[in-house]
Amino acid sequence: MKKAALIAGLAAATILGAKGFASDLFDRIEAGRYQAVLADCSACHTRPGGKPFAGGLPLQTPFGALVPSNITPDPATGIGSWSYADFRSALKTGIGKNGKRLYPAMPYPAYSTLKEADIADLWAYFQKVEPVSNRVVSNQLPFPFSIRTSMVGWNWLNFSPQEFKPDPAKSAAWNRGAYLVNGAGHCGTCHTPKSLTGADKTGEFLRGGNLQSWYAPDLTNDPHKGLGSWSADDIVAYLKTGANRFDIASGPMAEAITQSTSKWADADLQAVATYLKDVKGDGAPAPQPLAANDAAMAAGKAIYLDRCSACHNSTGAGQAALFATLAKAPVINSTDPTSLIRVVLQGSQAVSTAARPTTPAMPSFGWNLDDADVANVLTYVRNSWGNAAPPVTAGQVKDLRAALKR
Amino acid sequence: MARKLPRKDVVIVGLGWTGSILAHELTDAGLEVVAIERGPWRDTATDFNVAYAPDELRYAVRKDLFLQPAQEAMTMRNNVSQTALPMRDYGSFLPGTGVGGAGTHWNGHTWRFFPSDFVLKTHLTERYGADRLSELQVQDWGVTYDELEGAFDRFEYLCGISGKAGNLNGAIQAGGNPFEGSRKREYPLPPMQMTYAPTLFAEAARSKGLHPFPTPSANLSGAYVNPLGIAMGQCTACGFCERFGCANYSKSSAHTTVLPVLMRKSNFEARTECEVLKINLAADGKTATGVTYIDVNGEIFEQPADLVLLNAYGLFNVRLMLLSGIGKPYDPASGEGVVGRNYCYQTNASAQVFFEGKSMNPFIAAGALGQTVDDYNGDAFDHGPLNFVGGAGINCIPTNGRPIQYRPVPPGTPRWGAAWKEATKQYYNNTLTFSSQGSSYATRGNYLDLDPTYKDRFGRPLLRVTFDFPDNDIRMSNWVSDRMKEIADALGGKQVVVGKQQKGWNSVPYQSTHNTGGAIMGADPKTSAVNRHLQAWDVPNVFVIGASAFPQNAGKNPTGPVGALAYWAADSIRNHYLKNPGKLVEA
Repeated sequence: MKKAALIAGLAAATILGAKGFASDLFDRIEAGRYQAVLADCSACHTRPGGKPFAGGLPLQTPFGALVPSNITPDPATGIGSWSYADFRSALKTGIGKNGKRLYPAMPYPAYSTLKEADIADLWAYFQKVEPVSNRVVSNQLPFPFSIRTSMVGWNWLNFSPQEFKPDPAKSAAWNRGAYLVNGAGHCGTCHTPKSLTGADKTGEFLRGGNLQSWYAPDLTNDPHKGLGSWSADDIVAYLKTGANRFDIASGPMAEAITQSTSKWADADLQAVATYLKDVKGDGAPAPQPLAANDAAMAAGKAIYLDRCSACHNSTGAGQAALFATLAKAPVINSTDPTSLIRVVLQGSQAVSTAARPTTPAMPSFGWNLDDADVANVLTYVRNSWGNAAPPVTAGQVKDLRAALKR
Repeated sequence: MARKLPRKDVVIVGLGWTGSILAHELTDAGLEVVAIERGPWRDTATDFNVAYAPDELRYAVRKDLFLQPAQEAMTMRNNVSQTALPMRDYGSFLPGTGVGGAGTHWNGHTWRFFPSDFVLKTHLTERYGADRLSELQVQDWGVTYDELEGAFDRFEYLCGISGKAGNLNGAIQAGGNPFEGSRKREYPLPPMQMTYAPTLFAEAARSKGLHPFPTPSANLSGAYVNPLGIAMGQCTACGFCERFGCANYSKSSAHTTVLPVLMRKSNFEARTECEVLKINLAADGKTATGVTYIDVNGEIFEQPADLVLLNAYGLFNVRLMLLSGIGKPYDPASGEGVVGRNYCYQTNASAQVFFEGKSMNPFIAAGALGQTVDDYNGDAFDHGPLNFVGGAGINCIPTNGRPIQYRPVPPGTPRWGAAWKEATKQYYNNTLTFSSQGSSYATRGNYLDLDPTYKDRFGRPLLRVTFDFPDNDIRMSNWVSDRMKEIADALGGKQVVVGKQQKGWNSVPYQSTHNTGGAIMGADPKTSAVNRHLQAWDVPNVFVIGASAFPQNAGKNPTGPVGALAYWAADSIRNHYLKNPGKLVEA
């Protein structure tokens, strides 16, 4: 083990010495560490409880499983034999060492906008990560997706490397926010709807995406189903602590907050909020809510009062920092109810941050509510107290229940 | 052969209320702390799931959260002339187990004892003369109310206690308890919204010139974020508190007030389903070297530590001291020895008033949602012309209207069949119950020791409880029952039934899980097992924290003072012991 580390260290020193890019300067390494936090590299590349960056849990994509690679400086199984140019190329173009094509589950379309200096800092930091010998077989996709060169076509269709271009008409904070959201933060990877080939529908930027049986909600300033009702401070509080006066994070966002956004600089969170408040939604008018005497609404109300109101309150008000507000909540009004169905079926535990350590949980109701019950109660929640959204069908619940069993 | 583990700074035995608080305080001080808990891990999200938490059969009848006698039983008797026999089922009291301990399934009454309670012997002797205490073995605590005020305050703010101050910096406050000791600030939350039965009770009590006030409650009247940053919710008055974990994050317990922060700390570790067999002592018997414990697979470990804290349920603190040879065992024949001394309990009686045409709606309830009268508690009233000392709080706290066990019917009703069904239907909504919770004062003959015959599954002697209600306490309780009758009559019901406590404590029917004493604190090592800092007199790197330290019990629920003692001991360790490890009080 020690020997491997020593070899890795020598290899790294040689490469760095030769290329002259990375630096042993403390501030560069620290800046790189922060870049890794901004980009939340560990979310994918570290297994829960595993060595940092030594490879992650499989990502279930619509095309099959991909296992995030070992990005520690181990020469045999990590990126220890990579040059800075290889590293830069992987981030900028999705093409790694020896021309190996990455799959865009690695969000290089977002990282391609990273500034040169930020990539160099990241590289400096990754030289200092403990090398771990762990061979990861990333590509577990079925044929034909298993052919990496298919990404040539994908890139041709969906991707052209681009630099971040500041908008001189906007404030410095707005531009910093745009850089973070589009680049390292790679928010669109989850929150932008995807095409059939799995690429961002760039015309629908941040209007909500469905992946891994979660719906990542609309982050635009849409007043009904986006963040229109949240102030910039609400957005900052959510990203920093996991909770604000409306909502408390759970699901994959809980992880993103714990490992990444809760550790961002306040100024960066403010910048993100400034930018998000300026992202336009689809402009569609809010739908009309279902009538209270609708059969699904009546059935749903009875279930809600019995099962949900103790925590979420009979008016959908919830309780600050503990139980999410349902009334006029963007995620409740999302067109796609996937996350709502999922949370009712499986339950969900809220984020734990230093500022919000409580980790309250929503229990699973999958065992005592049937498909129609879940559909009815969600239909009621989505069409009460100012909410309005398409009804949930028993079929949708049945399908998700089946998907979650797989 | 025990496997020896790497040394820790602190080993904590039992991860309930006091264990969690001490672990939080000492990890904040930078120490490496391991807590060893013989019961399972439990947390709100997983174990008190709102979808099935209100399962009366599982939790209240089958007692899912309690210690099972197969894991640890005890033997019981009324006096030394009897042979104690082991319980096959816990009855009179129900010790907790698992993370959170008995604080998981409590009701939530959160009191401060009166200032006079902490100097009881001195106070009563001065006021009534030493003769009045001749049948009793009451003692002073070695710490005063004023010294503990800050610790009470910290525990109440940790919990978000809902109540109304009766004495703020010496000024009596309308609506609070006028007999309480002076507090520096209000409760963190206002009282809970009152339900119907306690409202009627308070009106009747007031008509008799008494001073009812809302019971200080750990069922929260509103949303709260405690000083650790942990959020709690408003109580929904579902009526599933005692014997249940709270599913709504609205009953204070270690789970809802400490553990979310404690479990994030890298210098803290909890080992559950690991039972401490004994505290290990160095050859000189004056220093603890750690503990030996057995895990769920039967493997035995030795955990060395610089500091050993006993934070188990009070009775088990005492047993572990006896099993480990810490302190001299108490002998009732000679009155000498300290470990097992002054075991006390609670002296209770109840009153029922049966009405017609009322809607009590008992299902709208919480464990501590009610009204209390303290006019006859402790030494709040003149005992000069009376033949006893002590007193009782009178509480109207309808904790629940649960369908299996809440079936009040007047005496004489058949126990089954059509007449019982009719009566249960009529009186479910027409019964008002209130009760006296009386002090329990120490006597020479009530004590704890190791049973000479019966052993646990590891071959260790069981704890033996020798207890009966002292004559003084019976006289006290019966006198208070007469006062309850006056209130009950003023309520104007159709029928009044007032119970009277009798000699001959029966260990079978449930009475109270307020077992105190056995490792009491005090100023004199001849009459106390731990000093005023809860430090074992004989083994200064052992602290024993819990109701085991009460020299006698007051007419109030013990959790408030237990929480205060936890903070008091934590401060003693942080501010004094760690700076200069050794005896904090020279005998």
